[in-house]
Amino acid sequence: MHPIFRNTTMLGAYLGLWTILAAAMAALIRIPADLTWSQALSVAVPLCLFYAFVCLTPWYLCRAFPLGSARVGRLLINQVGAAVLACALWIGVARLLAFATDLGPQLNPAIPQLVVLGLLLYLTSVALHYALLAVEASREAALQTRDAELRALKSQINPHFLFNCLNSISALTSTDPVRAREMCVLLSDFLRKTLGLGERESITWREELELARTYLEVEQVRFGARLQVEMRVDDACAECQVPPLVLQPLIENAIKHGIATMVDGGIVRLEGHVENGNLAVRVENSFDPEAPSPRRHGLGLRNVRSRLQTRFGDAAHLNLAAEDSRFSAEMIFPCHKINP
Amino acid sequence: MKLRAIIVDDEELARQILREYLDKAGEVEIVAECANGFEAVKAVGEQRPDLLFLDIQMPKLDGFEVLELIDPPVAVIFVTAYDQYALKAFDAAAVDYLLKPFSTERLGKALERARALLSDPQPRALQASDLAAAARPPGQTLERVVVKDGTKVHIIPIAKLDYVEAQDDYIALHSEKKQYLKQQTISSIEAQLDPARFARVHRSYIVNLERIARIEPYTKDSRVAVLQDGTQLAVSRSGYTRLKELLGENI
Repeated sequence: MHPIFRNTTMLGAYLGLWTILAAAMAALIRIPADLTWSQALSVAVPLCLFYAFVCLTPWYLCRAFPLGSARVGRLLINQVGAAVLACALWIGVARLLAFATDLGPQLNPAIPQLVVLGLLLYLTSVALHYALLAVEASREAALQTRDAELRALKSQINPHFLFNCLNSISALTSTDPVRAREMCVLLSDFLRKTLGLGERESITWREELELARTYLEVEQVRFGARLQVEMRVDDACAECQVPPLVLQPLIENAIKHGIATMVDGGIVRLEGHVENGNLAVRVENSFDPEAPSPRRHGLGLRNVRSRLQTRFGDAAHLNLAAEDSRFSAEMIFPCHKINP
Repeated sequence: MKLRAIIVDDEELARQILREYLDKAGEVEIVAECANGFEAVKAVGEQRPDLLFLDIQMPKLDGFEVLELIDPPVAVIFVTAYDQYALKAFDAAAVDYLLKPFSTERLGKALERARALLSDPQPRALQASDLAAAARPPGQTLERVVVKDGTKVHIIPIAKLDYVEAQDDYIALHSEKKQYLKQQTISSIEAQLDPARFARVHRSYIVNLERIARIEPYTKDSRVAVLQDGTQLAVSRSGYTRLKELLGENI
């Protein structure tokens, strides 16, 4: 079905536009056919409303013959053929209306104008449909890009982390079976949560934070005393809607490019609060300024930035700062809540 | 004969499991355990082990850099969680590589290979630094150069490297008025440096383009590059052509 029928406002606006066109047309045929305003309108308005629906048919033809396809000749023949057909219908209905309103042959002098108008209107509609299809295609492409980004982000949950965890579990099984089991549970928790998140458009901040917490607990087993975690997160944030896995890359970076580069480890500090309707999140970590800059520089961060941008536009910010041996990432975006 | 081994990994649990497996295998004596690259370089120098279990991602110096700084012969077994370059490392320099988590059987195989290699009266001629270069991911240029000076390790960020000079089997790295000697060929370091920032201007010189103040004629068909600190380096004819390509005609 034509997309215009999915949206009543759009359909209303479209028919409104045609009513204005009808008025213009009445003005055009009134003079050569020597009609009164009411006579002209009684033909023009039903005719235009009828033609409004005829002019939606290019939707199918335009999709069957997309621009840029190799079959230019067939495209032209089909579209022009359809235009002639539509125009014939338009004239036929106009004459029927003329007889129905007892104008009889009085309309005949205006027929040439009507033919030109009918063709022009139909061809304009064809052009507009091609534009519409292009817009839809680009929107579709944007959606797919976002999906791809999310998939990429998810697959980034990174093999290094996973295999190192399994190695830690393997080491613990003989020396500390209880902790080995705990670690299995934590890791499973983490994996289960990340698997479920991908399908959702947004999740609550509480869920995102829970994921980060589980992740940090797992890493705590790996890094032991080298990793210290400080969390200061305001309860007011809990119900804010956030894109899934928006915090995760920041936390992973803090470990990978921060704690893991320090011989004696350091602190990961996570802060979150609501301020003027915005959720402000700050992840801070120590790092070794002499360490070589990360490979595939900032893929995770770039991803976070573009996802915030897609969702919130200019209302979202991601600020990064490195000072001495502290790195901080701060993201600020509107806190939308879903009312229960 | 018991093999003498050093374990290098920044994660305590990763060292622990290797220790446990090796104790069980019973044919290896662990002479040191190191939690980072610096410790590893020092321990290898002091202990002269037969065998090195080496993690790749570590603080301070990564596994490849450690490899550059130690003198062969030592059999290296890379132990890594997931590294698509481990395979390359193995081909180039290592006896074997173990992917975490690994089994005792797999470790046994690695030990067998190490024994075989170490008992070979004519060990593969290994130039550690060149092998480390080969083990690096392709298309990736160095961000810093590591040099060992006695027991000290110097890390020279690329931005602070002024020029490199060939000296027989060594290269001299000049940085901030100091000079560091490293056993490596000038061609091999040339291949590792970013060609947009460094140019081989002469058989014996690679120069950081940002340091060049001007080029002056020297003899009829040779020139010298004058660096910002006044150092003069000979520029060969092909070196000059290369510089012109990189810096444009108006040099």
